[in-house]
Amino acid sequence: MRIALFVTCLADTMFPAAAKATVLLLERLGHEVVFPQEQTCCGQMHINTGYQKDALPLVKRHVRTFEPYDVVVAPSGSCVGSVRHQHAMVAGSDAGLAARASAVAARTYELSELLVDVLGVEDVGAYYPHRVTYHPTCHSLRVLRVGDKPERLLRNVRGLDLVELPAAEQCCGFGGTFSVKNADTSTAMLADKMRHVLDTGADVCTAGDASCLMHIGGGLSRLQTGVRTVHLAEILASTEA
Amino acid sequence: MSTFLGMPVHAPRGVGHLRGDESFPAAARTALGDSQLRRNLQHATTTIRGKSGRVIAELPDWQELRSAGSALKASTMARLPELLEQLEEKVTAAGGVVHWAADANEANQIVTDLVRATGSQRVIKVKSMATQEIGLNEALEAAGITPVETDLAELIVQLGNDKPSHILVPAIHRNRSEIREIFLRAMPGVDPKLTDDPPVLAGAARRYLRETFMSTTVAVSGANFAIADTGTLAVVESEGNGRMCLTLPETLITVMGIEKLVPTWQDLEVFLQLLPRASTGERMNPYTSMWTGVTPGDGPQNFHLVLLDNGRTAVLADEVGRQALHCIRCSACLNVCPVYERTGGHAYGSVYPGPIGAILSPQLTGVEDNASLPYASSLCGACFDACPVKIDIPSILVHLRNQAPHPRTEAAVMAAAAYTMDHPRLYRSAQRAAKLSRIAGRRGRGLPPPLNGWSASRDLPAPPKETFRDWWRNR
Ligand code: SF4
Repeated sequence: MRIALFVTCLADTMFPAAAKATVLLLERLGHEVVFPQEQTCCGQMHINTGYQKDALPLVKRHVRTFEPYDVVVAPSGSCVGSVRHQHAMVAGSDAGLAARASAVAARTYELSELLVDVLGVEDVGAYYPHRVTYHPTCHSLRVLRVGDKPERLLRNVRGLDLVELPAAEQCCGFGGTFSVKNADTSTAMLADKMRHVLDTGADVCTAGDASCLMHIGGGLSRLQTGVRTVHLAEILASTEA
Repeated sequence: MSTFLGMPVHAPRGVGHLRGDESFPAAARTALGDSQLRRNLQHATTTIRGKSGRVIAELPDWQELRSAGSALKASTMARLPELLEQLEEKVTAAGGVVHWAADANEANQIVTDLVRATGSQRVIKVKSMATQEIGLNEALEAAGITPVETDLAELIVQLGNDKPSHILVPAIHRNRSEIREIFLRAMPGVDPKLTDDPPVLAGAARRYLRETFMSTTVAVSGANFAIADTGTLAVVESEGNGRMCLTLPETLITVMGIEKLVPTWQDLEVFLQLLPRASTGERMNPYTSMWTGVTPGDGPQNFHLVLLDNGRTAVLADEVGRQALHCIRCSACLNVCPVYERTGGHAYGSVYPGPIGAILSPQLTGVEDNASLPYASSLCGACFDACPVKIDIPSILVHLRNQAPHPRTEAAVMAAAAYTMDHPRLYRSAQRAAKLSRIAGRRGRGLPPPLNGWSASRDLPAPPKETFRDWWRNR
């Protein structure tokens, strides 16, 4: 299958390993990955911070860029959530754009959705000999409703010891600009999330969103806990060889 | 009679409790530093969440019920003026008197005048959000009338000279030893040997309240529902103290937001299933009191209904935001909210705290007067899942953020960022700058404000050697 990568600006700039892993994983499974160069950012930060007008050109760019492709994947539940639930709204009274945005949204998948629902694989042949806990990010869980797809994928990874995260469904406190505008509250939420991660005894915390992992990882690093955050795509791309 | 409530205007300043003294982040900072408060809240919200989750799981048709509740509310809002007229007609025919209050000041004046006319110096109160919203107690006190709250938690708040911090459990921020101290300090005739055993505390309140019930001739209540086609009002509660207020006095004055209507008696079937399970985690609420006007020889012989606008018509005018008027005040969204659980209700500065407060208060007052509230959420979506009438709170938050006044520097940065993101060449040079940036200091610890809000507790990732784009081009 020919799959267009919607890399997300955050993964492109700060977490290229997650994006590379997405490419290598899909190629290993026998698919062709293309990277439309004109893409930049889906506009989620602008939309969620109250700048819909500024986001409009970004939505137009996104629609224009991904319109030609039948299947689009992103290693982020949050950015796919924005495409699916916000782009048509930002288009507003421009009914033509809204319809095009909805059409692109309908063909855009978060990585675990693409693997399980579209490609029909739960065992991607990965090997990752670590004790891992999975944090279901809010937008994957409650906006996209990916359910247990990521866990199903992880359970099939050789060598991986998946340990359950207590109070997993609680937000880590990131929330985009919330983490800066309400830094104290965000930090209090993060403190509980980190306590739960440490309670599992895992050496790796994984998730489907680089942004939430940046937040959790930033806290774990500051406290020098030794627990690493690794994107789901990187685990699924790892092999024994 | 005309039901024209005037042009849609917001709730007036200087009266009532819809605006805080400081912004949410500032108020939250104080609350977060109170470890006793954090423990009380975590314990209480975790307990209610568990209880509610268990009884909701018993209903196979919970999702259908939610959809029905949502649809009923939407259709009610679509024909609110007509239904309100119908309600007025039915209440009047049943011997009640209907008053229209455009805002908090009018409502307070109407109630004060009505109480004065009875000659009573004291009123007993059923727990009510609407009267808290308009600051009725303060208005009555200013007129020399003593309001006595009869809901146990509301009484604790009143005696403690405190503010409610939760819709359903106004004293959720208090534990029992704090409650004992408040009773000892402020409850008339309290036994000085009072312990902090919950039954003992409840017993002390019962004795005090019974005396008050027996000697007071006027009650003020809110309403959970009003049925347009019968003119029936309904109050649901757990303690029975509301029932006392609604049945014992000679005069009953009910203050109700105009959005509390349901079209028909049968519609209650849906809401009386949704409300207790979502709110207290009970299958059925212990006391459901319903009354239609006046029944000769039974219950209050004078009944007044005050229909309160106070910004609601303005909310109704906003196609996205109006969903906030569907709220049945169950408080499920508070109990599941990770922000509320850590900051408590006072940080929201309004009688409506938590996720519903973050969308309702700014709409009632105008967003300028509560500009930080729509941002008091990580948009995690737990509230939307919990809401028994399916109010899409996260989407309304985003909608209100779009209307909120923005700090000038932030707006400039956002515009520049959007411009950069819409020009791939600029975007690529910005990426290179991010990559090379050492101005942030080691792992971001030297970031300037407001970004130091991040770096106070979190490291930034080390910038990667190459962007994904570079890797793709070179592979
Ligand atoms: S918004 Fe929904 S969950 Fe929150 S109090 Fe209202 S009805 Fe309950």
